[in-house]
Amino acid sequence: MEENRILIVDDERIVRESLTHWFEEEGYIIETGENGNEALKIFSRGKFDLALLDMKMPGMTGLELLKKIKAIDDDCIVILITAFASVPTAIQALKDGAYDYVTKPVDPDELNNIVHNALEGRKLKKENEELKKQIDKFIVPENLVGESPQMKKIIDLIQTVAETDSTVMLRGESGTGKELVAKAIHQNSKRKYFPIITVNCGALSESLLESELFGHEKGAFTGAHFRRKGKFEIANGGSIFLDEIGSVSAKTQVELLRVIESKKFNRVGGNEMVESDFRIITATNEPLEKLIEQNKFRKDLYYRLNVITINIPPLRERIQDIPILANHFVKKYSELMNKNVNGISNRALDQLLNYEWPGNVRELENTVERAIVIGKGDFIEPEDLHLKETNFTITNDSVLNGDSTNSLEEIEKKYIIKVLNENNWNISKSAEILEIERVTLYNKINKYGLRKIK
Amino acid sequence: MKLNIVPLKFSNDPLLRKLIENLSLFFREIEIFYTLIDIEKSYSPERRQYYSTRILESVIKSNPEPDGYILIITELDLFVPVLTHVFGEAQLNGRFSIVSVCRLYEEFYTAESDNKIVVQRSLKEVLHEIGHNFGLLHCKNWECVMHASNNVENIDIKGNTYCDECFGLLKAKNIVF
Repeated sequence: MEENRILIVDDERIVRESLTHWFEEEGYIIETGENGNEALKIFSRGKFDLALLDMKMPGMTGLELLKKIKAIDDDCIVILITAFASVPTAIQALKDGAYDYVTKPVDPDELNNIVHNALEGRKLKKENEELKKQIDKFIVPENLVGESPQMKKIIDLIQTVAETDSTVMLRGESGTGKELVAKAIHQNSKRKYFPIITVNCGALSESLLESELFGHEKGAFTGAHFRRKGKFEIANGGSIFLDEIGSVSAKTQVELLRVIESKKFNRVGGNEMVESDFRIITATNEPLEKLIEQNKFRKDLYYRLNVITINIPPLRERIQDIPILANHFVKKYSELMNKNVNGISNRALDQLLNYEWPGNVRELENTVERAIVIGKGDFIEPEDLHLKETNFTITNDSVLNGDSTNSLEEIEKKYIIKVLNENNWNISKSAEILEIERVTLYNKINKYGLRKIK
Repeated sequence: MKLNIVPLKFSNDPLLRKLIENLSLFFREIEIFYTLIDIEKSYSPERRQYYSTRILESVIKSNPEPDGYILIITELDLFVPVLTHVFGEAQLNGRFSIVSVCRLYEEFYTAESDNKIVVQRSLKEVLHEIGHNFGLLHCKNWECVMHASNNVENIDIKGNTYCDECFGLLKAKNIVF
C-alpha cells in the first residue's frame, strides 16, 4: 500500500471531498485545506509528498501558494488544477516549479497517472540519490589488503589524492600493486564514471607507443588502414595510467610533456588537434633520479609527473600483512576453484613469513594459487608452497657484537635473537619459549629488522 | 451476508438477472428493492451527468441503517467534481455503493453491443465498489477485481474476483462469503 501524503487545497468543499475520497481508495494519506493560509499551516506541521492546488482561490492564488510551498520544501510535487486552461498561466506554473497542470474536469485515468508517475519518479530520484551516495563512498580494491601502518598510510594517501586532479607517481618494486593503487585513485575520484586506461610503456616500441598513446590517421604508416583513437583520447573524462614510465624514449618524453601541459595533441599522421581531459597516473620501479643524472629522463617531465608520489613498500617491509593477504588469497582461490581449503597451517605460515618475497604481493598470490591447485588437505602445508630457501641475514650486526646500549628494547631484541637462533628460527617454538603470541613475535622481528643467518 | 440491490433509472432486466446470478456466489441473500429519491438535485445541466456522491447521500438519508449492504445500480452517467466521469462510488468501510453501467456498455464506445462483456464489466465494478465497502483499497495485482480501473480496457483486463491477498484481508475482517 502506498503511504504517500497528499495535500489537497481547494476552496470548494465538494472538490476537496471528491478528491479525498478518490485518493483514499488508492491508499494515500490525505489532508485538505480550503485556502492558501490554511494550507501553509497544515504544510508546516508535516511533510507532504504531493500537493494538488486549485488555481483560483479567494485570497492567495494557487500560483502564489505554489511558490510558497516550493520555498518551504522544494521536494514536494505540486500539481495545479484549474477550471480554465490558459497557456501563459500553465507556463508560469511550470516555470515556478509545478510538476503538471490539469484542467477540470480531468479524466480519472489521466489524474491517477499524473499523480502515480510523479510519485514514482520522485521515489526513483531518491533511490538514485541514495545509490549515488553509496557509490561515492570510499572504495578500497579487494586486493589492496593490509593492516600494517605502511598500508594504512597508502590508503589514506589514496583517499587524499583521489579528491584532487593532480598527477600522481607510484613508486615501488614489481608486484607491489601499483596498478591496484592507480585504479583505487581513479575509482574514488570524480572521474570514476569514465574509464581508466592502462598503457604499459615498457612493453611497446617507440613508434608503437606513440601510435598507442596518440592514435593515428588512416594511412599514417604501413598497415594503418583505419583511423584509430589513441589512449589519451579514449581516456577523455577519466584517467590514464602509464606504467613503466621510466622506459619511455626521449622523443616520446617530449610528446608526453606537451600533452600534459596542453591536453591537446595530433594523431600520428594527422593535422587535426585533438583535445582530451584526463588525469595522469604514472608508475615506475626505476630510479628516475639516476636516469635524470644520466640524461635518460627529462627533468621537466619528471617534475610534471612527480606532483604527488606514493611509495608502495615491498612485502618484506610489511610482514604483518602477509597472513592477512595470504588468507585473502586462500579465500579467493578456494572459492574460484571450488576447493575446500580452510586456511594455512602454522608451519606453512612460518615459511610464508620467513620468505623474502622478491616478487612481492603478486608472487604471494601466485604461490597461494599454486598451493590451492596442488594441495590435498583442508589447510595449505609447507610442501604445497614450493618456496625457494632464502638467505636471511641479521641486519643489525651490532646486536651480535655486544652493543653497549642496554635499553630495555636492546635487551629485548638481543634476547629475541638468541631464542630465535637457538630454535633455528622456528617461530612457533620461539614464541612459546618467549611466552608471546606468534603474531607479536613477527611484529617484533619486523620492528627490529631481524633476519635469519643461514 | 445480505446485499440489497437498488435499481435506479435502470431498465436492463436481463443484465440485472445475470448480475444477481453471479453475485449469489458471494452473497447468500440478495434482495431487490426500489426507492424513491429525487435525482434531479444531483443533475449537472452543464455536464449532463449526475453527481454520484449526492445520489449516495440521498439513498443513505432514505435508509440510514440498512439490513446488509446497499448497491445502487444505474444507467445514469455519473461524475464527481474535478473528474470527467466515474464508473461508481462507494463508502470506504461503509454499507452504500453505486455503480453506473452507462460507460460499461460497448455501445458507448462503438456502434456494436456486446451483452456478455457488459455483464462481466458490471460484475467487476460491483465487486470493486462493494470491496471498498468491505474496507479494501486499490490492489496492485492486475488480476484482482480491486485493481484500479478508470477505463473499460482496464476493467476488461482485470479478473472478476478478489486476489488471494485481498481475500486474506477480508478474512481478517471476518468477511466470509
